[in-house]
Amino acid sequence: MWAAARIVLWRDVLLAVRRQSEVVTSLFFFILVVTLFPLGVGPDIEMLRIIAPGVVWVAALLASMLALNRMFSGDYVDGSLEQMVLAAQPLPVLVFSKILAHWLVSGLPLVVMAPVLGLQLGMDSDSLRVLVISLLIGTPVLSLIGAVGAALTLGLRGGGVLISLLVLPLYIPVLIFGAGAVEATQAGLGGDSHLYLLGAICVFSLLLGPWASSAALRIAME
Amino acid sequence: MSILSKEFWLQFSSPKTFYPVAGRMIPWFAGGAILLTLVGLYIGLLAAPTDFQQGDAYRIIYIHVPAAWMSMFIYIVMSVYAGMGLVLNARLSNMMATALAPTGAMFAFLALWTGALWGRPTWGAYWVWDARLTSQLILLFLYLGYIALQAAIDDPRRAYRASAVLALVGVINVPIIYFSVQWWNTLHQGSSINISQAPKMASIMLTTMLIMSLAAWLYAIAIALFRVRVIILERERHSDWVRDLVGARP
Repeated sequence: MWAAARIVLWRDVLLAVRRQSEVVTSLFFFILVVTLFPLGVGPDIEMLRIIAPGVVWVAALLASMLALNRMFSGDYVDGSLEQMVLAAQPLPVLVFSKILAHWLVSGLPLVVMAPVLGLQLGMDSDSLRVLVISLLIGTPVLSLIGAVGAALTLGLRGGGVLISLLVLPLYIPVLIFGAGAVEATQAGLGGDSHLYLLGAICVFSLLLGPWASSAALRIAME
Repeated sequence: MSILSKEFWLQFSSPKTFYPVAGRMIPWFAGGAILLTLVGLYIGLLAAPTDFQQGDAYRIIYIHVPAAWMSMFIYIVMSVYAGMGLVLNARLSNMMATALAPTGAMFAFLALWTGALWGRPTWGAYWVWDARLTSQLILLFLYLGYIALQAAIDDPRRAYRASAVLALVGVINVPIIYFSVQWWNTLHQGSSINISQAPKMASIMLTTMLIMSLAAWLYAIAIALFRVRVIILERERHSDWVRDLVGARP
């Protein structure tokens, strides 16, 4: 069972690394969205510092949603997803591997890139540290919840717009606590309580996400 | 068949048997809803005294509170039906879940809208980014996502099952809305009615609110039954009994 999970994980990461353009596209999207804000609201560094946590978090939300469509669609088209559904190994485990691979190639780059963008927006080192931690806990949740949406909209026309309507409402708590942790740190209150709640959300979605998305995959494949 | 036997009750899970039963129930629920709304609005708008703090603006709670209750309650009922449809493969449960969604969305919107109208004179703003308001807005989006997902899938079986999974995932939000006023220190006041303690409002206001809530219940049941009848006809249009019913030639 774990061997199969490891193989699926390795295969998905390998596929993404060989097809770099997709990974790089969503990373560039992330950078571009953040860059738009100083151009839109003006270069006043004091104001940028205040809105920075929200801006970085919203951009990360949109960038990771942009990548959701391809979580299952490639395997769906070439038939390998059907084989996974039929496989002897439990589907939630295989789906978890796919979600983990998706996070490694689309979530982790955002976490690595975020401090640079935060620095551009004038954040201090304490807030930057909390920003990275909150993204590190929060982006897996985005992949886990997003997997449910991706599985539900698999092979539908207009799936791209529909997935945002399904997934964004469920992303809102992550956004509130993720950006809230950084804002609380900036205000000198300490972001611990927000991070704990974010961690609770992460554990909860870790428990339910793979299971719900494999139920949705079975519905889509029948 | 005895009314106590299991078979008597199970026959109503067949769309064919349920269709005429629903048709007979609708006038009672609809009539009750109209009657109670008229009584409730008369007491609420004309007979009930003006609030000493909020003036006449408080009267909107007679719409606002029932709408907010119904929006959360219908979501739970909808996900129970959806879950039953998913597990038992019962067609009628899926149809009921589908029939409830637009009514729930309407009540969620109504709760937000009346809340905004009440917030302007009382809080001084139509909208504040408060936990309860935000989570109620999420509830509206969940309803809309449910309806949109169902509309996007052509195969009715897959549409029912996929939207059921979405409804069950979204049900996590309902307790968050309900307890948000206690968990977070927000602008929205705590609930005025509690089972464990005496209500913090005048009894005439409480009675009126309960009458309006009952009216909202009856309305929701009537409109859901009406909608489920239309869905039954649409889904079962190739069956013999629907052809006989509408008098269409095969």
